[in-house]
Amino acid sequence: MTPPADGVEIPAGDTPVSITACPDGPLLVRGSFEILTPAGEVIPPRRKTVALCRCGVSMLKPFCDGSHKAVGFKTEPVRTEPVRTEPEPPGPQPTP
Amino acid sequence: MKTPAARGPVSSALVDLLENQNSAAEPALAASLHDLADAGIRDTEDILHDEDLQAAVFTAYELRYSGLDGLADDWEWHPDVLALCATIELAFERALRDRVPMPALPAPGVDSVAAALFEMAAADTGPSVSRFLAKKATDEQAHEFLIQQSVYKLKEADPHSWAIPRLRGRAKAALVEIQADEYGDGRLDRMHSELFAQTMREVGLDDTVGYYVDAVPAITLATSNMMTMFGTHRRLRGAIAGHLAAFEITSSLPNRQYGNGFRRLGYDFQVTHYFDEHVEADAVHEQIAARDLAGALTVDEPDLLEDVMFGASACLYVDGLAGTALLAAWTAGESSLRVAEPVSPRA
Repeated sequence: MTPPADGVEIPAGDTPVSITACPDGPLLVRGSFEILTPAGEVIPPRRKTVALCRCGVSMLKPFCDGSHKAVGFKTEPVRTEPVRTEPEPPGPQPTP
Repeated sequence: MKTPAARGPVSSALVDLLENQNSAAEPALAASLHDLADAGIRDTEDILHDEDLQAAVFTAYELRYSGLDGLADDWEWHPDVLALCATIELAFERALRDRVPMPALPAPGVDSVAAALFEMAAADTGPSVSRFLAKKATDEQAHEFLIQQSVYKLKEADPHSWAIPRLRGRAKAALVEIQADEYGDGRLDRMHSELFAQTMREVGLDDTVGYYVDAVPAITLATSNMMTMFGTHRRLRGAIAGHLAAFEITSSLPNRQYGNGFRRLGYDFQVTHYFDEHVEADAVHEQIAARDLAGALTVDEPDLLEDVMFGASACLYVDGLAGTALLAAWTAGESSLRVAEPVSPRA
């Protein structure tokens, strides 16, 4: 990592992992992360950026295999306008 | 690669120029090449299926990749070679602009363009080579499929890499992220072109770049030539970005079918690894390509919106033509290749 101007070096591990919720698709995960099985074993990621299934249909779970397209998975309200220029509204918050 | 065999007067004149050893004869050979190219463009019934013109520009383009055996690399920038490319490209692009269906343009934007790209791909009613391969293809047809694919897959990702220095900002970062994965993230054994070469070797095919070029029809060369044309012209950077997005969007599900087809035919992981890898990789790449590459590009350079959609639609259209030709041959009980090839079924 490049030290910032004040000379304090930020270790790579302090950079937050980013998760992008792709509309009608997977969760795209970037950064330094581990994916674990329920038993706590590490599932080795085969690439730096991974896509995690959220439609439930992938045959490669926890990873996405594109199946959401085949089943018409929707994460967003059905659009009535063919063109959207506004940013997506935030999705519903998970209930605890 | 070895210089592809000529398929007609233009590709023949190009080979004559490239292999000429007598500098005094060069002007006449070049003049003949340009005359024949002009005539070829004027007379062609369909440049996308024109064996001679597609072979000629493929040969000229290969000078930009691995080069042609025994020829000086200087030929890549030789004015007569560039002029030939320009002549063919003009007609090639015009044909694509005329024939590739254009959707209603979305507004520039990450979400809007990504949604439009996914919608376009979902609405594509192209032939399903993947379903045929999964369910019906014979071992010989599976070999043919690999031969057809090898023209591009042995240089997989390279045509889109031309766009990296032509993009800025988010689109460049996204393209590099995709391409780094394509090239194995620093691991040669994970490079996608290497995985494809492994698949070819495992089924008994030759993985030398260009080994089977003479066997594939013009439309297969056209799929590769289109990428090179889009990639090597800064003006067409929107089209190559859109092409990659459509290519990735239409990849993960078919690749599962391809893998299933080879498994059905009795091949193991060494053969199917390439396809299995693409199911997972391209489910990642399609999101990055549609959103962060193509979508962000239309935000940063709104003037490129139309070309982004054009490049995506051109990918679906030309790949669809190639798939149609393949399935037409197979359903008629014929080979999809131009010449009998040394297809060696497994011992």
